[in-house]
Amino acid sequence: MHTRFPNKFLPYILLSPSIVIVLIFFVVPSLQSIQQSVYRSNISGTRQIFVGLRNYEQLFSTPEYLNSLQVTALFALFVVGVGLALSLFIALVANQRYAGFTIYRTLLIWPYALSPNIAGVIWGLMLEPTIGMLTNAVGFVGIHLNWRGDAASALLFIAMAATWKMLGYNIIFFLAGIQGLPREILEASEVDGANQWTKFWKITFPLLSPTTFFLFIMNTLYAFFEGFGLIHVTTSGGPGYATDLMVYKLYRDGFIAMNTGFAAAQSVVLLLIVASLTFLQFRYAGRHVYYGG
Amino acid sequence: MTLLNSHRQFSPLRLGRALSAHAVMVFAVALTLFPMVYALLVSTQTTQEYYTFPPNLLPGTGTLHNFAVAFERAALARLVFNTTLISLAVAFGKMILSVTAGFAFVYFDFRGKLVFFIVIFLTHMLPVPVRIVPTFQLMDQLGWVNTYWALTIPFFASATGTLLFRQLYMTVPASLADAARIDGAGPLQFLWNIIVPISRTNLMALFLIEFIYMWNQYLWPLIVANAETTRVIQVGLKVLIATDAAVEWNIVMAGVVVAMIPPLIVLLLTQKSLITGLSLFEEK
Repeated sequence: MHTRFPNKFLPYILLSPSIVIVLIFFVVPSLQSIQQSVYRSNISGTRQIFVGLRNYEQLFSTPEYLNSLQVTALFALFVVGVGLALSLFIALVANQRYAGFTIYRTLLIWPYALSPNIAGVIWGLMLEPTIGMLTNAVGFVGIHLNWRGDAASALLFIAMAATWKMLGYNIIFFLAGIQGLPREILEASEVDGANQWTKFWKITFPLLSPTTFFLFIMNTLYAFFEGFGLIHVTTSGGPGYATDLMVYKLYRDGFIAMNTGFAAAQSVVLLLIVASLTFLQFRYAGRHVYYGG
Repeated sequence: MTLLNSHRQFSPLRLGRALSAHAVMVFAVALTLFPMVYALLVSTQTTQEYYTFPPNLLPGTGTLHNFAVAFERAALARLVFNTTLISLAVAFGKMILSVTAGFAFVYFDFRGKLVFFIVIFLTHMLPVPVRIVPTFQLMDQLGWVNTYWALTIPFFASATGTLLFRQLYMTVPASLADAARIDGAGPLQFLWNIIVPISRTNLMALFLIEFIYMWNQYLWPLIVANAETTRVIQVGLKVLIATDAAVEWNIVMAGVVVAMIPPLIVLLLTQKSLITGLSLFEEK
């Protein structure tokens, strides 16, 4: 039990700026999103008409929205799957104690400082259809990438840029996780003669699961919410609708087409996604703690 | 340069392992750093110099021209000014509100503690896209569209920071506060004289995280502050790319370099604290 100061009002004064900001700019607008999602403007935009769940019905019967769900799912799958596997592998190797490895570890986290849209611009050049160095490199083995004209290339391009941007963040956490593993257990397995592969799958990977799970949640949130700038500055959702992520479609409907009810329904879908991920995080993170602290 | 730990005996197998570990690391570092280095190289090259295959990986002769054009075309100076201003304001705002909130949660008993805690935690669950249209409408009603207010005030509350400091203060020995009370120090004196100084590493970590977070904002500044006076650098760079003619990548990369350098400098200066800070977040 910690010492408490007896003041009655001071804690409220200390907390009030945060609480007021959260209520005004986060909680109330989110509730308004829910409210707006069951209304629709009349043609002149002067009146709001209650339409119940019609915005949602329309949303899930519009091929464009279903497409953006699919695009976002594929994007998230790549960002989470490739991103976590690659950064875990790099962190495992980087954690070894050889000369010079401290320097490597420092250099690996640099992309953390960049934004997804900057990542997009740089990868946009490296994958530029005519002069991009990666385009030309893979061209030699018969793969033709053209993110301006070809749907699959475009999706691959934004997924690669977004994944690269998160490498630094993921590697920091995996390194911290690996360094927090109980050394006795890892050493005992070496005495037992377990080979590297068995040791990884049977011991290291399960012990790391809290870190992996945390990063799974953070990367999924990132894929669903942070891709906007990347799309806006490079593909604008194209070619066609090949890279029309949910956040980008939401922006188009809410701020270009000015269809607020429709946009609000999309906001609510995103809210449900965050809510379920947060719920998962609390459920799972509570149960799987392998080491104390 | 030794590749192996000195206390280990030499063996070809170990040497092989060390070499392959180094090879993997060189590949990994190339993967993370090369795109940034390449952006920097292209920003120095003339069109003829970068428009080649195989790619030209030497510094070029177009540096001054590229940066001059980028600064002029995108009004980069103003963008850098705006973005620096709001990033500093938000980082410091979050630092202050997080310390005071963390302090209130640990050192006081009051009604509604759990509710307050949940309310602050909600910021985590309500990213911009979830409330984008109503929040924009609110900015409009407040007259905050195209002002710095819209880019700072709504960002001041921080669940991350509050959790970070609450966690830190729970590990502070109770004897410190007891001693302060016996000495007759009030809570605010205790906060300023004891709590703030022991928060230094975490404050630095939070500054780094929030400065970078704010520097890299895109969607919100685009919809709410896309006027010349308040535009931020992430949004402003699009001007360089959205040309009717072919993209001039050397000019674009000059802009990219300007947008990359401030957050990179902040990262390099405070990298050590980041690792402490981030690993605290994970544990919650």
